[in-house]
Amino acid sequence: MLLKTTLIRLLTTAVTLFGVAVVVFVLVRVAPGNPIAMMLPPGATEADIAALEALYGFDKSLPEQFVIWLGGVLQGDFGTSITLRRPVDELVLSRLPATLELSIMALVIAVALGTAIAVIGARRRGTATEVGLDLSSGAVLSVPDFLWGLVFVLLFGVLWPVLSISGRIDPQIEVDFTSNFYTFEGLLRGRLDVVQSTLSHMLMPALALALPLAAMIAQLLKQNLKEVLLQDYTTLARVRGFSETSVILREALRNALLPTLTLVGVQFTFLIGGTVIVERIFSYEGLGNMAIDAVINRDLPLIQGIVLLFAALFIVINLLVDLSYTLLNPRLRHG
Amino acid sequence: MTSSLPLSRRSFMSASAALTALLATGSSVLAQSGDSLTIAYNLPVQSWDPTTGPAAVNPALQSVYLAVFDRYIAQNPDLSFGPGLLTDWGFSEDKSQITMTVREGVTWHNGDALSPEDIVWSLTRAGDPETGNPMQFVWGKIGNFSVDGNVITADVKEFEPALFKWMAFLTAFVLPKAYYEEVGAEGFEKAPIGTGPYMVDAFEQGAYVRLKAYPGYWGDTPDFDTVTIKFVTDAASRVAEIESGNSDVTSNIPYEEYDRLIAKGGLEGEAVPITDIGMIFLNDIDVMLDKNVRLAAHHAIDKQLIIDRLLRGYGVPLSTLEVPGYAAYDESITVAYDPEKSKELLAASGYSTDNPVKFTIQTTRGFKPKDYEMIQAIVGMWRKVGIEAEIEVYEIAKHYELRAADTLAPAAFYNWGNSIGDPSTSTGFAMFGPSPHAVWDSQDLIEKIGPLFGEPDEEKRIAGYREVSRYIAEEGYVIPLLQYVMPVVFRSAVAVTPYTSGDLLAQAISKA
Repeated sequence: MLLKTTLIRLLTTAVTLFGVAVVVFVLVRVAPGNPIAMMLPPGATEADIAALEALYGFDKSLPEQFVIWLGGVLQGDFGTSITLRRPVDELVLSRLPATLELSIMALVIAVALGTAIAVIGARRRGTATEVGLDLSSGAVLSVPDFLWGLVFVLLFGVLWPVLSISGRIDPQIEVDFTSNFYTFEGLLRGRLDVVQSTLSHMLMPALALALPLAAMIAQLLKQNLKEVLLQDYTTLARVRGFSETSVILREALRNALLPTLTLVGVQFTFLIGGTVIVERIFSYEGLGNMAIDAVINRDLPLIQGIVLLFAALFIVINLLVDLSYTLLNPRLRHG
Repeated sequence: MTSSLPLSRRSFMSASAALTALLATGSSVLAQSGDSLTIAYNLPVQSWDPTTGPAAVNPALQSVYLAVFDRYIAQNPDLSFGPGLLTDWGFSEDKSQITMTVREGVTWHNGDALSPEDIVWSLTRAGDPETGNPMQFVWGKIGNFSVDGNVITADVKEFEPALFKWMAFLTAFVLPKAYYEEVGAEGFEKAPIGTGPYMVDAFEQGAYVRLKAYPGYWGDTPDFDTVTIKFVTDAASRVAEIESGNSDVTSNIPYEEYDRLIAKGGLEGEAVPITDIGMIFLNDIDVMLDKNVRLAAHHAIDKQLIIDRLLRGYGVPLSTLEVPGYAAYDESITVAYDPEKSKELLAASGYSTDNPVKFTIQTTRGFKPKDYEMIQAIVGMWRKVGIEAEIEVYEIAKHYELRAADTLAPAAFYNWGNSIGDPSTSTGFAMFGPSPHAVWDSQDLIEKIGPLFGEPDEEKRIAGYREVSRYIAEEGYVIPLLQYVMPVVFRSAVAVTPYTSGDLLAQAISKA
């Protein structure tokens, strides 16, 4: 059952990615602004413009351009960035680890924070503490992630400058890693200076991304916990002498987590989307920041590569969520 | 059914404390002191080949390139020109040849000596359409190079009066022939070398470049051994960088933040007018074909008020596309703020506040300081005299596309840079119909400007552009607004030499 589901999803993934490829290819070309017009020098003649168009392949018809591009993609050649002058796949894959590390850190913070708040809220249900937590969650949710970013820059970058405002790592640190997963590879290699620096740079953008998701998790999980805490087996646990906190942590939490998992999976994809603006604010060299530059510069091959990768990421994450949900829920696992 | 989660209040608090300690010890947030300098720069370096691709013609990136590479001819802070890798240059009497003398004693960052062949190769490559040099239209006008000692001679295929001025601007960088041919384009991107005061020590695409002073540099040794240029694209983050001490120098921040920061202890500022102007292109369509409407639109704008109210006084009002310091600047050409005259002009064409002339004005929003707000203010001023303009906001990329296709609205806000100060690059290309950047395409201007592009007599050429500027002002073919001021903020421990070209050079920053 699981294998069949996986196979079907993989097939639909290919179709979806092709659809995305067509849409993004057409959209970036019909959208206003073209890269040639942006790089024209003052005295360019018609011949100069034609030469530049030919150099970058824009002299061909749209279907011809698409066939050439798609043919390249199928062979692993995503083209060359017009502005960065390097292969698109190389550029995109070099930035992906930064965005993944940031997203994962944000997810960890969101889950930890959201769970902690939900547990406290459920433990203090019916009291002023729960009302206070609900109000706080609502307030956190109403502020978008990029605004949290600016607030953190002010708080921890300017007023109490304990965290780094921009970049991904201290420029003075030498990094000669084989991958761009600085945190993970730093841990494996025992390079704590790299790990410390990347975490220090990631904390503010990760918090900005995590807070809205944490608030969502807190609200949903607390509600689930309150429902579970009315079940007979939790009453039995209390009768057996467990404290209320123990009942929540040992008995209720696991069952209440399952519905939250779907929310986390769906929201994780939105969280990755949120990195675009947050990375910009913190000059964090991830995919999102690169995407904005690519759009500003109308770097069509790079935009196409980034969008395709984002689409693939979204699909894979959703697939993983579905599979993990199936694994965790015995009723789905056994059909 | 029981499961044990290893989470207790004590373990949670312990983990939090440990994480905080870990991050606090790992955060060296303050800019380096002593021989190191950190600059928060507003634009990331996209490519390390400063002669090809879009980055090569982005004026804002030239500052970083100038730390690593040298140009044929150098430019001083006041826009004047001086020896660079060429110590002497000039046209022959009949303008059929040029001669260039190459500086001796210059070495590349790998220790190899600079040779005249490097210059010839760089110029030949720049003039080859296949290499994608956007300024090929300039470099392709010379060829057939010959070398005698350290003197290079070349034939002039088409006379370009501003050729040597262009040798101090976009794509005019000398690259190492032997090294480039050895490592190729990709290899050069990964390990670029130049003859400039700094070597690229580390580069993280989109994040920073760390530069080390080159001990073999032919010019003055820079004050700082290590310069880290952090690419901080968000203006608010650049403000935070300098305010928190993360960076020593930053620029291109909002004027209100500039005023606030320099009022604080420990920070200084420089705000000088640069070669970047704000203007309104008028298109020769619809109501703009009426001279009265064009002139009325110009006279109705109180430029000083806009500068004072919106730009906090940072700006210089302009009447022509030439600014003080440009070769063809003429202070006697003025278009005064005169709303009554605007009303009279409009009345002569049958318009009034009750029967306003209507057109669309396009503008960017946030691309330049207060661009949209300026246009809002201008539309308000126009309304008072009988002009009803509808604002259309677009992205800068769309502006370029519409301009190249000559399909801009009757009025369109834009900024124009001219770091070499030559009138061909401002009045010339902005107003010469066949240029892809010109918007007003009337035949009278084509006839007036066209001959000036190839005028061999320099005095006559400059005088010709002054006459054209006066004619444009009288006919109202464009509305120049103001010359921008670039704010630079820096720690009191350093001193910054501002450049009128808008460059922020690492080698021009010294210890105070």
